[in-house]
Amino acid sequence: MTRRRAALFVRTAVLAGLVGLLEICCRTGIIDPLTVIPPSDMFASMIDHLRSGELDESIVNTFSTILLAFVLAVGGGTLAGALVHRSPRLRDVADPLLASYYSVPTFIFYPLLVALLGLGKAPLVVLGVLSAAPAVMISTLSGLDGVSPVLLKLARVHRLSPARTLWWIVLPAALPRLFSGFKLALSYALIGVIAGEFILSGTGLGYAISFAYQSFDNRAMYGLMLFVLLVAVTANGILYVWEGWLARRRSRG
Amino acid sequence: MSDFVLENAPPSRTSRGRVRAFDAAVLALLILALWQAIGSWTQGVAVSPPLQTLVYLFGLLRTWMFWDHAAATLTAFLVAFALSALIGLALGLIFGIRRFAGEVAEPILAGFYTIPKVTLYPVVLLVFGLGMSAKIAFGVMHGLVPMTLFTLGAVRNLPPVLIRTAKVLRLSPGRTMLWVLIPACMPEIVNGLRISFSLSLLGVLIGEMFSSQRGLGFLLVNGMAQNNVPLSTAVVTVIVGVSIAANSLMLRLGGRATRRSN
Amino acid sequence: MSAAAVSAQSHIALGGVERHYDGPPAIHALGPIDLEIGRGEFFSVVGPSGCGKSTLLDVLCGLVRPTRGSVRFEGRELHGEIPDGIGVVFQEDASMPWLNVRQNVAFGLRTSGLQQKEVAERVDHAVHFMGLAQFAGHYPAQLSGGMRQRVCIARTLVLRPRLILLDEPFGALDQQTRLLMGDELLRLWRETGATVLLITHALDEAAMLSDRVGVMSARPGRFIDIMETGWPRDRDSRIVSDPKFGGLTARLWSSLREESLKSMGQAA
Repeated sequence: MTRRRAALFVRTAVLAGLVGLLEICCRTGIIDPLTVIPPSDMFASMIDHLRSGELDESIVNTFSTILLAFVLAVGGGTLAGALVHRSPRLRDVADPLLASYYSVPTFIFYPLLVALLGLGKAPLVVLGVLSAAPAVMISTLSGLDGVSPVLLKLARVHRLSPARTLWWIVLPAALPRLFSGFKLALSYALIGVIAGEFILSGTGLGYAISFAYQSFDNRAMYGLMLFVLLVAVTANGILYVWEGWLARRRSRG
Repeated sequence: MSDFVLENAPPSRTSRGRVRAFDAAVLALLILALWQAIGSWTQGVAVSPPLQTLVYLFGLLRTWMFWDHAAATLTAFLVAFALSALIGLALGLIFGIRRFAGEVAEPILAGFYTIPKVTLYPVVLLVFGLGMSAKIAFGVMHGLVPMTLFTLGAVRNLPPVLIRTAKVLRLSPGRTMLWVLIPACMPEIVNGLRISFSLSLLGVLIGEMFSSQRGLGFLLVNGMAQNNVPLSTAVVTVIVGVSIAANSLMLRLGGRATRRSN
Repeated sequence: MSAAAVSAQSHIALGGVERHYDGPPAIHALGPIDLEIGRGEFFSVVGPSGCGKSTLLDVLCGLVRPTRGSVRFEGRELHGEIPDGIGVVFQEDASMPWLNVRQNVAFGLRTSGLQQKEVAERVDHAVHFMGLAQFAGHYPAQLSGGMRQRVCIARTLVLRPRLILLDEPFGALDQQTRLLMGDELLRLWRETGATVLLITHALDEAAMLSDRVGVMSARPGRFIDIMETGWPRDRDSRIVSDPKFGGLTARLWSSLREESLKSMGQAA
């Protein structure tokens, strides 16, 4: 068995073991059922809620907000990164800003955003973009930095137009780092939107969880929580696997 | 070529420095202008303008209430950060040294990093109740994993020759860790501390924002609820200021650590 | 000598070429250089590090405009554009990690407007010629340094260049591989009939492979000696056993030694 497979096996076993342990503790009453419900109940609750269709509107709301924030962040962030990269002066200004950006909890601006834009999709999208776009910008700058100068020389020797140089050489060369930025963007957009919905919103999955909590409906709350966690893990997991596949082609040996 | 560069460096460095300082000043002015614009355009409903905020802030800093809240946040944060840092460091070292355990754990940790931890908050509240321990739990929840991942990465990327050297010198495991491993990984560890710092603070603040009656996070949300816009803006300013100051300080420390080990 | 006569004789000619950098600090990197290379000639350039060999290559292919002087390729003066018919192999690895060997080699023909069939033919020929047939589907990361350089050479070959410039292409390879690659280069030179300019720091390589060797001084680089080897066209690495070989290498070193000491004093 290869090492990777062995690690995968052990990892699955560990996670299954933890879930199993939780199940046992809940069922035997070691853990107060009013605090945490058994994982099997969480799963059943999730299926029930999904089947009943009552979540459909929340799901559409949340996912569309996340998608919109993601697309804007990726588009805007890549463009901004490319522009800043071309101008050393802009770069000198932008670098310290980007370095400090994520030290500030973007969250604290959320109430201000709501006061500014109302209680709807808009502040959530803005929050998602504010969380995700700088990561894309940082990785774009890093990716463009990483394009080997000899490849640019090669482009000139082959007399490629600027557009072709960008499309045939710069983008493929920068892709690994760009991709890792996109991964981060998805996870930050998702986190930002759901957290925003949780704290201060009237719709969406985050709000649904908060509502269930405040209504003391533990079963619903855990079911919804499980759903959101599974979606987050799956979405990020897909990108992670994709990235690994791309990387393996270029990796050493 | 380097002789030439060294001889002629001073003039070019100061001119570049001057351009940077100028640009930084322009940027600061732009931010202030934007702040002012939003403040006056919304007639102080969303944000209060810079000058008003500053005045209010000075008044606020003289009240007992503010420092009471600040202390609550600070206490929770310090405990959360200390726990994140120490546990994160320990776990990172273990997972870095024991390769297989690291391989098993890393995707789990990375996965945890990407999930919206806010969805787990109700669980934390149910387990810890409302109060200081919940806030600390939030902080640790956010700050622990990045610290672990950074330390893990640092140990993994350690040039093997350093460990071989430690073995040849017959150093005990404890000494290897203290004299070789940790100093060699210092730049990444400091980087991890920097990220963990910001995230622990974030966790504590969010916790305060919806589950506490004390702390700067509470003050912020309370300000909004009471329509006390200068208060919320002032609190945001304080948080931003402290975050950036701490981050810049740690970037400098990290920079020094990198220069020494390179 | 009239311009017409010059262009009739030489494939590429540099007249009074100099290259300066403004800085700060201001650097006189190259020249003045006067050089003529005939069609189908194999010309090597040796010189101490930092003497401007790479700058010379950049000027020759049009990547860089000389501050002073002119470059004439096939009779026409270069004005900062890169003319058709020149192929360049760089010192650093310029293989594209996201393409496999065949795709890398075909890259040169993407803008050529040739039919798919012809492209495939040329690519196959170049891949076989450089001994890469077995690895046509591999990615650069899976290949050794020497093989990656062969990919870069194959990529240049498909363009059927009339002038091939190589900047220390075998620098990262071990001695045995270098000697074999030198033989490959000679074979390539004979079969394509191209003019070859090779920049190398290995004196024995220059002495073995070339028709003429130009020795450059320390910065600013100028030619202090141009040595004729007089080798027959049909040669390979076994020429090292020829008694003339030792003398040629010795002459190169005696010209070069002082310049190398000067260049060491100049630091990087």
